[in-house]
Amino acid sequence: MIVAEQKPIQEIKTMMAKYQKILVVGCGTCVTVCMAGGEKEVGIIASCLRMALKLEGKEPEIIEGCIQRQCEWEFIDELKEKVEGVEAVLSSACGVGVQALAERVGNKPVYPALNTTFMGMPKEHGLWVENCRGCGNCGLGKFGGICPIARCSKELLNGPCGGSQNGKCEVNKEMDCGWQLIYERLNVLGQLDQIEDIILPEDWSTDRDKGQRRILREDVKI
Amino acid sequence: MAKSFKEILSSGEFVITSEIGPPKGTNVEKMVHHIELLKDKVHGLNVTDNQSSVMRLSSLAACHIIKDNGGEPILQMTCRDRNRMALQSDLISAYVLGIHNVLCLSGDHIYLGDHKGAKQVFDLDSVQLIAAVKGLEQGKDLGGNALDGAVEFCVGATATPEADRMDAQLLKFRKKVKVGAEFFQTQAVYDMEKLKAFMEYAMQFEVKILAGILVLISPGMAKYLNANVAGVTVPQELIDEMTGVEKGKALQKGIEIAARQIKQIKEEKICPGVHIMAIGKEEIVPEILAMAGL
Repeated sequence: MIVAEQKPIQEIKTMMAKYQKILVVGCGTCVTVCMAGGEKEVGIIASCLRMALKLEGKEPEIIEGCIQRQCEWEFIDELKEKVEGVEAVLSSACGVGVQALAERVGNKPVYPALNTTFMGMPKEHGLWVENCRGCGNCGLGKFGGICPIARCSKELLNGPCGGSQNGKCEVNKEMDCGWQLIYERLNVLGQLDQIEDIILPEDWSTDRDKGQRRILREDVKI
Repeated sequence: MAKSFKEILSSGEFVITSEIGPPKGTNVEKMVHHIELLKDKVHGLNVTDNQSSVMRLSSLAACHIIKDNGGEPILQMTCRDRNRMALQSDLISAYVLGIHNVLCLSGDHIYLGDHKGAKQVFDLDSVQLIAAVKGLEQGKDLGGNALDGAVEFCVGATATPEADRMDAQLLKFRKKVKVGAEFFQTQAVYDMEKLKAFMEYAMQFEVKILAGILVLISPGMAKYLNANVAGVTVPQELIDEMTGVEKGKALQKGIEIAARQIKQIKEEKICPGVHIMAIGKEEIVPEILAMAGL
């Protein structure tokens, strides 16, 4: 899922201070699961924003809302009336949701309440980790199901660097060395031969490097 | 004409390389002084490439200055700051400037340095960079395009003989050999038994391994290395030795230890050479060499 975290309330306050009527709108999908921008968090963000603005002598009207998915037109359209009645929208969806909302509502400014951080999963309660970079050319089959691009801090493809120590990364002693994990996993699987050969430079043209990526499928077009 | 570094490597002579740290800024006076001091005492002078992810004068410019001053430069190139276009372009540039030795490294993570918010590159890794050099030698770039004039380098890489998870490190080592590394300059080694164990493995390959000698300048440095630098372990007895001297004599003790290690490596034929790192204190290298009988 997409993992995000809430922006500091000071930053949100600075963005929203000039408005008298604001809609705070959450998303019921990824950011609900990662406890950053669902219905419950919308309530908290709206309350914090009210208090922060009140301390500056401002008392804007703040309306709350939440839709199932902010990244699909059909759900966004449910918000039409609510959006028409406000000056600005504060979205607690991921960056995809914020942009979808901004595009659909057109004439109203939409602001982000979250920092969208990565594609990942909750590893334990309260800890989310990045596991995929969306490079567009999945090589997980070769690496024992552990991605060197997402999980090696240098995105190395041919083995660990000299900064790997005690199975941890030189960047942060709490962070596993992705390559140590790959090596151990392939060892368990008896597949170390898969990485013995030289892995050629990555073709980054499937990554972000050709601009906004899109998938066009004629078979599902209407 | 003096022998090239490549010729020295195959000559059977005990190989000595050392390192020059480029300045952060345009004042090259101290660096030139170090070059003059060392150029005739070692077979090659490495120039670090934005070492520890700290922005400095480029390795390429400093290597050119070494060349101008009559030394044999070894261009260190990391994959952190340049994509494959820039790396290949710099390799060609180095070659036409008369720089014919290159050491390929991944490079420290950008977060460890003085531009923590900078975007790091790592378009290639060190294995792929070595392969890129070999490609340029064949007259082809990584895009498969023909060059008008090929390069010819003596290509080196690094290894970590004291790594605590050796199997994965040896995988990388094998790959570096496979793509064409001719020599290795190792991370600092202090435990000769671990170095011997590594060499027992490495000896099966046709490459020259120069043992990394990092001169200890204080007991604090030894403790810092143990706490913060991956793949480097200063044994307790060396820390005790450094601590046991009277105030102001620690550097002298560090010089003694380095000289002792070099002597042992040479006499016991553990490695065919050494790479001496005296970060920022390059002026002590001649004394180390003299003390080691070199």
